[in-house]
Amino acid sequence: MTTTLTINGAEHVIDAPEDTPLLWVLRDELGQTGTKFGCGVAACGACTVHVDGEAVRSCQVALADVWGQVTTIEGLGTPDAPHALQAAWLRHQVAQCGYCQSGQIMQAAALLAEIPAPSDADIDQAMAGNLCRCGTYGRIRAAIHDAAAELQEAAL
Amino acid sequence: MSRIGKITRRSFLVGAVAITGGVAFGVYKVRQPVPNPLNPEAGAAMNAFLVIDQEGVTVVSGRADMGQGAQGTLAALAAEELDVPWERVRVAHGPASAAYYNRALAESVVGGADYALSSWQRSLGAALGEVGKLFGTQITGGSTSMRDGFDKLRLAGASAREALKLAAAARWQVSVEGLTTEGGFVVTPDGTRLSYAELAEEAARIEAPQVEPRPQSEWRLLGTALPRPDMPAKVTGRAPYGIDMRLPGMKFASVRMSPRLGGEMLSFDPAPALAMAGVEQVLDIGGGIAVVARNSWAAMQGAQAVDIDWGPAPYPASSDAIFARIAEAFDESANSEMRSDGPEAQSGTEVSAEYRLPYLAHAPMEPMNATALFTGDALEIWTPNQAPLVQRMAAARGAGLDQAAVTVHTTVMGGGFGRRGESDYSELAARVARQMPDVPVQVIWSREEDMTHDFYRPAVIARMRGVVADGQAKLFDARIAGQGISGQVGQRMFGMAPPGPDRTLVEGAFDQPYAIPSYRVRGYNAVMDLPVGFWRSVGASHNGFVHESFIDEMAIAAGRDPLEFRLEHVRPESTVAAGVLEAVREMSGWDRERAAGTGLGVAMTWSFGTPVAQVVEVRDEGGRIRIARGWIACDTGIVLDPGILQAQMEGGMIFGLSAAVHGKITFADGMVEQQNFPDYDALRMSGAPVLETRMLSNNPHLGGGGEPGTPPAAAALANALYDLTGVRARELPLEGQFDFIL
Repeated sequence: MTTTLTINGAEHVIDAPEDTPLLWVLRDELGQTGTKFGCGVAACGACTVHVDGEAVRSCQVALADVWGQVTTIEGLGTPDAPHALQAAWLRHQVAQCGYCQSGQIMQAAALLAEIPAPSDADIDQAMAGNLCRCGTYGRIRAAIHDAAAELQEAAL
Repeated sequence: MSRIGKITRRSFLVGAVAITGGVAFGVYKVRQPVPNPLNPEAGAAMNAFLVIDQEGVTVVSGRADMGQGAQGTLAALAAEELDVPWERVRVAHGPASAAYYNRALAESVVGGADYALSSWQRSLGAALGEVGKLFGTQITGGSTSMRDGFDKLRLAGASAREALKLAAAARWQVSVEGLTTEGGFVVTPDGTRLSYAELAEEAARIEAPQVEPRPQSEWRLLGTALPRPDMPAKVTGRAPYGIDMRLPGMKFASVRMSPRLGGEMLSFDPAPALAMAGVEQVLDIGGGIAVVARNSWAAMQGAQAVDIDWGPAPYPASSDAIFARIAEAFDESANSEMRSDGPEAQSGTEVSAEYRLPYLAHAPMEPMNATALFTGDALEIWTPNQAPLVQRMAAARGAGLDQAAVTVHTTVMGGGFGRRGESDYSELAARVARQMPDVPVQVIWSREEDMTHDFYRPAVIARMRGVVADGQAKLFDARIAGQGISGQVGQRMFGMAPPGPDRTLVEGAFDQPYAIPSYRVRGYNAVMDLPVGFWRSVGASHNGFVHESFIDEMAIAAGRDPLEFRLEHVRPESTVAAGVLEAVREMSGWDRERAAGTGLGVAMTWSFGTPVAQVVEVRDEGGRIRIARGWIACDTGIVLDPGILQAQMEGGMIFGLSAAVHGKITFADGMVEQQNFPDYDALRMSGAPVLETRMLSNNPHLGGGGEPGTPPAAAALANALYDLTGVRARELPLEGQFDFIL
């Protein structure tokens, strides 16, 4: 049985068991490896993607339950045309190993969509589910504030 | 496919005679009889750090990227000499080759405390390091990348620059004297330019003269925070980690090995797994199984479903029994006594304490994995690792091949912290691939398999005795028992346990710059077959806590301010170390009156060539404790890239604080009890302190950066908690003893 998903604006017909988590559909069935596997139990946030703009842990969403359009880190921006958050991540040189950063950035993007000018407490609350073993939290927080300011300026 | 793949393939195809557009430059000074892996037919004359082609300059680092940023700074060392724009410099990891031996790694095994090493001891260490060529110590670890690469990469860049100028001089029929280099071009006094790419082929045939690297006063790239070459790919999901390797027709497999580490598999029933959708095969891989499937998830689900009967553990089955074995080691003769200064008898106030620290997992964000293709007489393996030659040996063993038949590709790593210096995951991938000829297979571990099959940071018990009198430390006596890791690691990496005392048990304790009249440190090796290994900052990771907690206890017993007490004992021994203490004193406003409900703690550890002092501020917020702020001062001597060094210092401190608060691996029925992040957590943004770092440059020797930020963290926190609550933490983790806001 096949399932049709819209991922980063493109339609994909997927022939995989319906209970396959979205994470593995993206990574293994479609070869879109920007979304990362960290724990498989929604405890680290490395697999965070957007479904209809909402940040979700793709390791916990079965293929059959995907309710809307999927956006992954690859769809957020590219090295040539980075999203405001990715540009801020570059300015602040956030990543160390970088493995958690796809999830961090997708989580931050959902935060800014909801709260355009978040406080430190807002950021802490939104980002608490995203683990970084390299300890890049200080730069992540600074980059989120920076991107928020850029986006607000652009909106004026 | 990485650029290095192209480089090696082209070199193999083209050889030394007709290089068209791709050339590897050597380093005259370090020319040694080690084959150049980038262009093996070129013979001994070449070394292997720089490739110039039509696309620009690629610096072959020979060191892996696990997040620490060493590759970029190594590239900057070469680029500084070569006069190429930073934007046009690319970085690649070298192939597995003894050419990338790590000279600095051996320097750290010379006995004695780093801060006090004499010049001749350092020379001896360097000479020992040359032996790395023979053993092939191509290892990224020990915070050595800069110490190893500082001369090598600058000389590589300088000799390449001179060769390019000589090639241009020959082309133009002019004297080389008037030529300069700028922005990737050789330039004549009248402004005529030739690009490096145009000259590369001729330059490669020229034996470049040895020239001294440029003095620090002329540096333009080094000493500044450069954008990391890997950053754009890492923030756009395009960096190719090991787990992202994709090959045509590739299968996915997941393994399950005995949860009693090193124990046998008695029997297994594959039927429940084979009945699952997507599962294709269940393989006996010796000591465990692998499930091959259409995707990783099906493979992991399948591996979990296989019904397996496991044999007993080859070590005591419970944490209590394991700690009892560690305590027994105190009754055996000491494995080492690396410091025994002064007479043991001292009069004054006695202080004694026992500290206990647990086993710890590495838990890098990217779980263990490797991708392999076995073709009957050869194996190709893509493995995120810190030691390519060790992987080659392990993969050859797993595939039943000679090492020469194995090609290792080192990928980007989603964290290492010492875990990826081991090679078990490469060997298991090779065992799986061996049973699937001509089918590429990615062998990926579940987080649970990763957490429960580590080479853990050893647990230790430390028995401390001190004497203070007249506000001064008179005696510091540490006895530290645990599993020394050198024997196990030596056996696994090089097939032999190194002789002599195990430095890893006592480093971070015996080698600290404190002037105390009676200062003795002994290690007691609790030999067990429980797998232990290198964990970020190794012995200093536990001894930083032990040493600096006990110094605090002595300061309190002496009725002294803990920071002033440290300074008084450190200054006579090392002004460099005193400098980092003075820096955090000022940064944290240590001597200022604090608000009620605030506690401050300080700790300082000299490890991997670098003294680091840290102050932690904790706050009582409605009866719960927030780890609010942290201040770090380090002294690596030269700061090659302040952006990267700051990131390492702060990341290292967060790593140490995470372990201090949460980290604990325990055993029951021979099995590790912690399975995943919910029961082996780390600090989140909401619980992490706001950090500030100062980088000093008074150290006369270049120090390491990746590890020294970790050792003082736990003690600084525990000392701050004592300041706030009056409760002395002598066991880790702290969670459960204190109510943190996380």
